[in-house]
Amino acid sequence: MKTALKYISVLVLLVGFVSCQKNSRPNYQYMPNMYQPVGYEAYQESDAFSNGVEAQLPAEGTIPRGDFLPFDYENTTEGYDLAKAELKSPLDSTQVDLENGKEMYEIYCAICHGKKGAGMGTLAKKELIIPGSYAAKDITTGSIYHTIYYGKNSMGSYANQLNENERWQVVAYVEKLKADLTK
Amino acid sequence: MKKSYQSLDDNYLYNMKHVINRTISSKLLSFGFMLFLTFSISLNAQDGDPVNGKNLFNANCAACHKLDKDMTGPMLRNVEMRLANEEGLDREWLNAWIRNSSALIKSGDAYANKVYNAWNKTAMTAFPQLSDQDISDILAYTAQPKPPAPEPVAGVVAQPAEQGIGQELILGALAVLFGLLAMALILVKRTLNRFAEAKGLDVSEVKRKPIWKAFVENQFLMLVTAIFFLLASGYFAYGYFMQVGIDQGYEPVQPIHYSHRIHAGVNEIDCKYCHSSARVSKHSGIPSLNVCMNCHKSIGEVSETTLAEGKEYGVDYNAEIQKLYDAVGWDGRAYTGETKPVKWIRIHNLPDFAYFNHSQHVSVAGVECQTCHGPVEEMEVLYQHAPLTMGWCINCHRETEVNVKDNEYYAKIHEELSKKYGVEKLTAAQMGGLECGKCHY
Repeated sequence: MKTALKYISVLVLLVGFVSCQKNSRPNYQYMPNMYQPVGYEAYQESDAFSNGVEAQLPAEGTIPRGDFLPFDYENTTEGYDLAKAELKSPLDSTQVDLENGKEMYEIYCAICHGKKGAGMGTLAKKELIIPGSYAAKDITTGSIYHTIYYGKNSMGSYANQLNENERWQVVAYVEKLKADLTK
Repeated sequence: MKKSYQSLDDNYLYNMKHVINRTISSKLLSFGFMLFLTFSISLNAQDGDPVNGKNLFNANCAACHKLDKDMTGPMLRNVEMRLANEEGLDREWLNAWIRNSSALIKSGDAYANKVYNAWNKTAMTAFPQLSDQDISDILAYTAQPKPPAPEPVAGVVAQPAEQGIGQELILGALAVLFGLLAMALILVKRTLNRFAEAKGLDVSEVKRKPIWKAFVENQFLMLVTAIFFLLASGYFAYGYFMQVGIDQGYEPVQPIHYSHRIHAGVNEIDCKYCHSSARVSKHSGIPSLNVCMNCHKSIGEVSETTLAEGKEYGVDYNAEIQKLYDAVGWDGRAYTGETKPVKWIRIHNLPDFAYFNHSQHVSVAGVECQTCHGPVEEMEVLYQHAPLTMGWCINCHRETEVNVKDNEYYAKIHEELSKKYGVEKLTAAQMGGLECGKCHY
């Protein structure tokens, strides 16, 4: 009798433990100091810096290593006009990879501008964001790059989602789409 | 268009002559008159075509202007009437502004300069290609009254509740059924006993040992029970200890309710639009808020139907968008510079002793995000789909064939290894995907 009671109490305890697991909080870990990193993880909070986060912006005026071309056009109407008039792609015809450009375009641009650039992306069809067709836009290589880099009107900057090479690939693809549309 | 409706009216009038019944004819006449009135009001109030105007507006203006809300430029509902009433400006001024606003500003026009300065000196694109008729059409579109908010769809909201009631009904009915059955059995026993008594049979029960005592005294039964309880508790204990450290199903409440169902599902935004670093880095980063603002600069409110859907989940989507605006410091027209970082709660987290690289899986192997993260496009609240245990990783490496198409990096090693193993296609495991040092170092 007593033994049976003991077993039952153990069982109840175990079921209790299992049912204590809640989906809104993380589970227990065996050895937390083996699970949790000593170094900083991405986006971690940290009191090492005054703003309390581990991810810091690069110091003003620093440039990344490797192939880096500075972009000196300002984020103003004048900068836009200047880029539109004179900025040319650094990629020659062998470096332009339209397939990569297409892939990037369909991730980042097609949601509004549409896969063909006619301004009929998913969000445009729902009349949430209406960008208009490339065919009706007075755009050049330089102005497309400037717009991707800084954004224009309702469009935001894509400089943090696309790297420099990818931006130029997208520019090449947008020019191709515009040429196809106005053919 | 206008003409065709008028000829429709003529038809009604023409038909009338042939109809004998006066009541019908008078009804037709009034109907025709109403029809004429309806269309003549909407068409004759302005001399433009609002349908064509809408197309022109969407193609040229909608990138910066909304009808009922300021965006990059001011809202344009009834712009012509407002300008005429408030500033005394006519169509001539509007034409000049639309075709070349900067020339108008330079000419020293007072109101043009006022608007230009009020909107942070953002120059409006010149539209010299728009004809007088085009501008009339666009203005006719902007002069249309605001459509009333659609009725929220009641059926959608009621559906899940009905399902719940249905299940409860079935369960309740079953319980009632079992109750009746038990009652019937008791009644049958009682009746049988009464019959036995009537026939003079002895139905008094023989005094027996209580069943639990008999059970405890039976050593064999006790042994079997003990083994059963040991096995059962072993089973549960094993289950409990094996799930320690596994966060499958972890579903924390985030500081801003972000619905993957709406963004990735309904609006079909690519995962990599927001999680762009998954292509190029170890982490699939949480997007910074400027990525949200790429769209939410223009989308400050959700549609009525979406709002009704949100009520099912107990969420006010508009309030959540306001939280985003607060965090990013957006006052509806410009950034204030007062930002508040959002403390998102991390869901997927590998222990420090295991290395995982997103770009290796997303860009090189071309694995779909959903393979590991599950049907994210259906999740209103994001949860961890996979257990993220080593067994789970290994299993996928054993089953997944390496994608070598258009992948020069693997060409040579694939050729040699497939010869060695004598197979057509290599799995990730055969390429070394099971080596300890690949993930633990």
